[in-house]
Amino acid sequence: MSLELSGITKRFPGVVANDDVSLSLAPGEVVALLGENGAGKSTLMNILYGLYTADEGTIKVDGEELVFDSSADAIAAGIGMVHQHFMLVPVFTVTENVVLGLEPTTVGGVIDRDQARKTVMEISERYNLAVDPDALIENISVGVQQRVEIIKVLDREARFVVFDEPTAVLTPQEVDDFFGIVEGLKADGKGIVFITHKLGEAIDVADRIVVMRSGKTVAEVLPQDVTQQDLADLMVGRPVDLKVPKAEANPGEVVLSVQDLEVLDDRNVKAVDKVSFEVRAGEIVGVAGVQGNGQTELIEGITGLSEVVGGKVTIAGKEVTSASPRELHSMGVSHIPEDRQESGLVLNFTVTENMVLDSYYEEPYSKGIVMDWEYTRESAKRLVEQYDVRTPGTEVAVSTLSGGNQQKVIVAREFDRDVQLVIAAQPTRGIDVGSIEYIHSQIVAKRDAGAAVLVVSSELDEVRALSDRIIVLFHGKVAGEFGPDAAVTDIGLAMLGSGQ
Amino acid sequence: MTDIVKNQELVEIPEVVQTSGDVRRSRIIGFVLLAIAAVVLGVFSFGVPSDATSTFNLSLPTDTIQGVSVSFNSRLFSGVAAVLIFALGVDRLRAKNLRWTNAALGVGLLLFVLAFLAWASADSSFSMVGMLRSTVISSIVITLGALTGLVGERSGVINIGIEGQLLSAAFVAVVLSSAFGTWAGVGGALVIGALLGALLAWLAIRFRVDQIIAGVVINILALGLTSFLASRVLSEAQDLNAPARITSWRIPVLADIPVIGPMFFDHTFFVYATFLLVFALHFGLFRTRWGLRVRSVGEHPKAADTLGIDVIKTRYRAVISAGLIAGFGGAFLALAQISRFEENMTGGIGFIGLAAMIFGRWMPFGALAAGLVFGFSGALAQKVAILGTGIPSEFMLMLPYVATVIVVAGLVGGARPPAADGQPYIKQ
Repeated sequence: MSLELSGITKRFPGVVANDDVSLSLAPGEVVALLGENGAGKSTLMNILYGLYTADEGTIKVDGEELVFDSSADAIAAGIGMVHQHFMLVPVFTVTENVVLGLEPTTVGGVIDRDQARKTVMEISERYNLAVDPDALIENISVGVQQRVEIIKVLDREARFVVFDEPTAVLTPQEVDDFFGIVEGLKADGKGIVFITHKLGEAIDVADRIVVMRSGKTVAEVLPQDVTQQDLADLMVGRPVDLKVPKAEANPGEVVLSVQDLEVLDDRNVKAVDKVSFEVRAGEIVGVAGVQGNGQTELIEGITGLSEVVGGKVTIAGKEVTSASPRELHSMGVSHIPEDRQESGLVLNFTVTENMVLDSYYEEPYSKGIVMDWEYTRESAKRLVEQYDVRTPGTEVAVSTLSGGNQQKVIVAREFDRDVQLVIAAQPTRGIDVGSIEYIHSQIVAKRDAGAAVLVVSSELDEVRALSDRIIVLFHGKVAGEFGPDAAVTDIGLAMLGSGQ
Repeated sequence: MTDIVKNQELVEIPEVVQTSGDVRRSRIIGFVLLAIAAVVLGVFSFGVPSDATSTFNLSLPTDTIQGVSVSFNSRLFSGVAAVLIFALGVDRLRAKNLRWTNAALGVGLLLFVLAFLAWASADSSFSMVGMLRSTVISSIVITLGALTGLVGERSGVINIGIEGQLLSAAFVAVVLSSAFGTWAGVGGALVIGALLGALLAWLAIRFRVDQIIAGVVINILALGLTSFLASRVLSEAQDLNAPARITSWRIPVLADIPVIGPMFFDHTFFVYATFLLVFALHFGLFRTRWGLRVRSVGEHPKAADTLGIDVIKTRYRAVISAGLIAGFGGAFLALAQISRFEENMTGGIGFIGLAAMIFGRWMPFGALAAGLVFGFSGALAQKVAILGTGIPSEFMLMLPYVATVIVVAGLVGGARPPAADGQPYIKQ
C-alpha cells in the first residue's frame, strides 16, 4: 500500500504551478509539504484529489496507475482531503454533512437518519472526535468543524489523508489536540500529507519534510536533520529574518479609545460585546483570537463600516462612534481591510485608480469635479517605486498583480500621508514571505513615526512578532491582555476563553 | 450502540439581538396600523347607517347544506375592528416584542379586510365562502410558480422565466387539448415547461449567462411567440382555442362539510395534485437523498463537488424538473381556470409566484401559504367588483400586485436564500 505522484506538471495561463513534482507516501507515515503561499502545494493536492487534472505526470496507488477525473475517483481510490477552507454546508447538520454523497437510504432514496447518525457516532467514538451529530455547522466552533471534516474523510474509508493548512484556524491548544488526532490516524495505518507553512509544526509532526518553491520540490529532509532557520531558507530560497526588527516602543498620548463597544454581525448576533481598550501613539496593539470571535466586526465597528449598537469610539479625544469612513480618513486614519480583493481594491481598476480610491475627491488629485489624471498618474508611479510594488506598469488592472503586490498597493495608498492611527486587519494573509517582511517593516516604521497602530491577525505568530501589547478576543469579549513576551500557552488559553 | 450523548459545549447557538432597524420598523408599522384604524372607524363604521346589517353567506347554491350564514350590525362590527387595530398599533409603537411585528401587521390587515367587507355588504349579503373557494383556485398557479422557482433556487439557479414557462405551457395546453383532449394538453404543457427549463439551465449553467437576463429572455420569447401564434393561428382556427371542459372531482362526504367542503374538496384534479406536490416536495427536499444533494449544490457547490456530487448535472435536473411544475401550472390556468387562451393571459402571475417563493422563505409549505395570501387578494378583487361599491374596478384589480409590493418590500426581512443562489459553478 503506497501512494506515488511522479513528474506532475500543471500549467495555468501565465504560470507553471507545478513543474515536474514528485511525492510518495507510505501507510502510517506523515509527510509535511512545506512551502510559501503560491509555491504550488495546494495545486498538487488538488490534482491528487481529482479537482484539477495534471498536464503531465502520473498518480499511482499500490503501484497501479490511476487517472482521477473527479474527486469521486480520488475518494474511490482511498484518498481523503481536509481542505483549508472547510467544505461544509453551514445550514446542514453535522450528520448531513458527513453522509452527503454517501447517504444511507431506505426505499426510494429516503435517507435513513438513524443509520446516518450511528455512522457518525461510531467514527466519533473510535477516533475520539467529539461532535454533536444534530448540531448545525454554523453553530459549532471551527475546531469542531475540523473534526467533522475528519469524520467525513474517515466515513469514506480513506487510507491517505491530505490536510491543507489544518492548523491555520486553531488555537495552540486545539493544535495539540489535532496532533493527537494525527497520531491516532497514523497508528491506524493511514498515510498523511500535512500541508503547512509553519516551520515548527513540520518539524514536530512529520516523519519526512518535502519543501516546495515556485512549483518545484527543492528539498526532501528528515525533521531531525534541520532547524527552523534551515527550512525557512529552503522555502524562500534566500536567508530570511524570522523576527520583525523593531526597537522598544515609546507610547505617548492615547489616540484610539474604545469603550464598551458593541457591534452586531450580519445575523444580528452580538459579535462584539462590551469591548474596551486603548491604543497610544507610538505603540502597536495586536488583537489575537481564533477567527470568528468578533475581530472582523470590531474593525468594522471602529472604521464605520458596521452599525455600532452600544459604547463609543474616540480618536484623539474626539468621539467618532459610527463616523463615516470618509470622516475617519480626513482625521488621519488609515485602514488596511481584512479582505483585500473584496474591500481593499477594485480589481478591475488600474493600479493608479486604486491608489486614489480614498482621496480622489480632494486636491491635488482633483480640482472641483475634474480629476487631475496627470498628477494622479505621476503620484501612482512614485508610490509604486517607493513601496516596491512589482507591476508591469501603473495602468494595468490591479487584478493582474500577485497577492503580495496587491497588498502593497493598499499599504502604499493608506500609508502615504500623515496618519495618526493605522488599523491593519490580516495585513499579510496569503502573501509571500518577501512581501510579509516588507509590510511588517512599514507598519513598524509608521509606529516609529508616532502613529498608533492596531493590528488584527489570526496568525498568532504575526501578532506576537509585531505587537507591543496583545489583547485576545473570545466570543466578542476581551479574554486577556498580554505583554509582547507572554507565553504562547497563556495566550492560547485566553483564545479558548479559559484564561485568567 | 451507545446512546448519543449531547455535549453542550460542542454547540454555541447565537443569541439574535434586536437592532434599531427592527425598532424603527415596529414604530412605522404602529403608525400604519393607527392610520388603518382611523379609516376603518371613519369610513367603514360611520360610513353606514347605524342600523345596517351585513350578511356573510357561508354556503354556496350548489352545497348540500344550505342557508348557513352570519349576520351582524355593520357599524358595530367595524367599530370593534377599529378598536382592535388601534390597540395593535399602540402596542407596536411601544416597540416591545419585536418578533410579533409582522404578525401584528397581518392581523391588522385581516381585520381591515373584514371591516371593508362588512361595509361593502351593508344591507346586503356577501358570499364569503365563494370568495374563500376562489382564493384556493387563484392560489394554485401562484403556488405552482413559487414551487418552480423554489426547486431551481434550492439548486442555485434563479428562475425569472416562470412567467414565460406558464404562458407557453398555457398556449400548448389549449391547442393540444382542443385537438386531442385534456391529457394531451397537460402532457404537452409539461413538455414545454421542461423544455424552457432546459433552455434556462443551458444558458445559465453551460454558458453562465446572467440568470436574470436568461429568465427575461425566456419571458420575452414566450410572450412574443404565443402572441404571434394566437393572432395568426388561433384567430383563424377558433376550434383550436376551445379546450375540452374539465370536470371537478367532488370528494364524497368531505365536500359536504360547510365552508371547508367547497373550499378544498370540490375541485379539478389540478388542485389536489398541487396540494400533494407541496407535501411531496417538502418530504423530497428534507428527507431524501435527492433533496440533500439539491440543497447542498445550492448552498455550497464546491463542498458537494469535493464529495463527488456532480454539481452541473444536479442543477440541470433540478431546473428541468422544476419546469414540469411550471408546465402543470400553465395547463391549470388555461384548461381549468380560464378555459381558453388569451394573449398574455398570465399577466405577471409568474412574478407573483416568485414573490410567493421569497415570502414563503424557499419552503414548499411557505410557498403554499404565500400563494393563499396572494390568491386571497385576487379573489377579494373579483368578488368585491360584483358587490358594486363604487370603487373603480381597476383599483380593485390592482390588489394582488399591491400585495406583492408590500410583501416583498416590507415583510420578507430576515429570509435567507440558498447561499449559492444565482452563482454559476466553475469547475477548474
